Amino acid sequence: MKKILKYVIADIIQNKIVIIYTLLLLTISFSVFSLESSAAKGMASLLNLVLLIVPLICIIFSTIYIYNSAEFIELLVSQPLKRKTLWLSLFGGLASSLSIAFLIGVGVPVLIYHADLTGLVLVLSGLFLTIVFVSIALWAAGMTRDKAKGIGWAIALWLFFALIFDAIVLFLLFQFQDYPLENAMVVMSFLNPIDLSRIQILLQMDISALMGYTGAVFQEFFGSLNGIVISFAGLILWIFIPLFFSLRRFAKKDL
Amino acid sequence: MKILIVYITLLLSGLFYAGIVSAKNIYVGKQRAYKTIKAGLQAAVRGDTVFVDKGIYQESGLEIDKSIYVKGNGYPVIDGQKKGTVITIHADGAVLDGFKIINSGNSEQTDYAGVLIVDSYNVIVKNNQLVDNQFSIYSQHSRNCRILDNVIHSNAQDEVLSGNGIHCWRSDSLLIIGNNISGQRDGIYFEFVTNSLVWRNISHNNLRYGIHFMFSHHDTYISNVFEKNGSGVAVMFTHHVQMYNNFFLDNWGGAAYGILLKEITDSYISGNHFSHNTTAIEMEGCNRTKFFKNSFIDNGYAMRVSASSMDNEVYENNFIKNTFDVATNGTLVLNKFYRNYWDKYDGYDLNRDGIGDIPYRPVSLYSTIVESNPSALMLFRSIIVSLLDKTEKLIPGITPENLKDDQPCIKPIKL
Repeated sequence: MKKILKYVIADIIQNKIVIIYTLLLLTISFSVFSLESSAAKGMASLLNLVLLIVPLICIIFSTIYIYNSAEFIELLVSQPLKRKTLWLSLFGGLASSLSIAFLIGVGVPVLIYHADLTGLVLVLSGLFLTIVFVSIALWAAGMTRDKAKGIGWAIALWLFFALIFDAIVLFLLFQFQDYPLENAMVVMSFLNPIDLSRIQILLQMDISALMGYTGAVFQEFFGSLNGIVISFAGLILWIFIPLFFSLRRFAKKDL
Repeated sequence: MKILIVYITLLLSGLFYAGIVSAKNIYVGKQRAYKTIKAGLQAAVRGDTVFVDKGIYQESGLEIDKSIYVKGNGYPVIDGQKKGTVITIHADGAVLDGFKIINSGNSEQTDYAGVLIVDSYNVIVKNNQLVDNQFSIYSQHSRNCRILDNVIHSNAQDEVLSGNGIHCWRSDSLLIIGNNISGQRDGIYFEFVTNSLVWRNISHNNLRYGIHFMFSHHDTYISNVFEKNGSGVAVMFTHHVQMYNNFFLDNWGGAAYGILLKEITDSYISGNHFSHNTTAIEMEGCNRTKFFKNSFIDNGYAMRVSASSMDNEVYENNFIKNTFDVATNGTLVLNKFYRNYWDKYDGYDLNRDGIGDIPYRPVSLYSTIVESNPSALMLFRSIIVSLLDKTEKLIPGITPENLKDDQPCIKPIKL
């Protein structure tokens, strides 16, 4: 497993796209911090980067990588190797290389300009989002043999989590306006890793005061140590559930 | 001994020829004729000056009931030992200067104060330090009094048992200048106080409000700083208020406002600086008030205008880096916004006269949604929200059609 993992990481780094991704993140982060008047405002802008661009690039890059290495996978499957080992190595290689890219691209600037709990939560959430979307990409790539279709699925999934899910939430909020929805909203936020990360970071930025009663409910739940543990547990579940399904599919797949 | 004889002679002459002879000096201290302030005050007659030496005087229930000047040298400490009001001033033209007054009583039934001014004209309380009193300076039924350059601090724990820094009730023509107030319930509290000036005070870290007034008409507030108070500033049921060049800073919390204007009418709010407040200005039933040349920087909401507010004018203000510029809970808008600078304005200025050519709508769709459905704040800073806001800016449908600034400034207004 170690050998395959090493090979996958080496392959991805040679790919140059990850290096470009790292540089892109670095440039955006540094320019955001130097353009905005205060570091806190810079953090708010970085939030958009972490919630939008990171998931998009992670999901698309991972999907394309899986399709491009189809022949490599076929070759390795013919060797005396467990399919599970192979798939987990692919996942590990993608997740670790993209995480390193994120840590250098966003973690370092945040460490320089805003090294506190908020910064830590932002970096941690971004890291989790990276791994979650690699895991979702593996699941999407396993759905079909057709590369175009697979990438289409990946983009659709990203669109769903970044945009459509929130639109549905907004729709439900208005449909059930007459009911107390605060607690339901806490549950809803667990159904979308992007929302979960966003609320975590916002609460760290002390924005809950703006949010009135809903903010108070969120602060009570997510602000407590239990809440933080539970929400990161939620993000870990978001890593393992798609990974589990993709693993099961890959194990039985007729290559 | 010689001095004592002189004093007694002076005292006697004072007693016999009060009003005829000129004022004399009375000294209170360990080495002086009068060991206690109480004795010194009793000995004094109208027009005298009482000097108090440095030291600790454990006295409470002191009364200044004649027109005298009471001066502390090197801040003598008057320790009320938690027994009732420390000093009561009940005399026209009395002056209390340079004391450190600590430990008034604390009660739920009676309002005990460090310095209590009752039914008096022209009283001056200046350069005092007031520490750990329930109410620090309390003025009732008084006129033309001056409260100058006092430093007031208490460590109020809860709103019920604590009192206010400068508490004025049914008073008129007060001058409250240069005080520094912290750790009380309300920094400055006015009820039925008219024609007064509050100038250059700093009211910070109080439990509830920096300043709180009701039914206090024709008062003026200039260059005060209200910072980090539990609930900011709240003012109610008053007309003809003038607030110039005040600072409202860091009032951050679920129920904190930079300033809450409830039933405030015919007033002027100008040149003020609002920074880092949850809501800089909250208006409820606020009518015919002019807001101009204010700066709103880094607030959650810059202005929340309830539908019950009408005929207000908001002009030549700077709105910079606020999460929401203006929020309102109705569709009918009876207030005017013009010639403000909005940092979120993205229009153009073809003729380069400094005024944008297309109107700016300060109410975002999302803030309207949040007003009607607070749970929608779950979507704060999500992409769908910014998309909806952009669409609404192009084709307004839900936000109030008339709430707009027809002459938005392109550059920040120099203040």
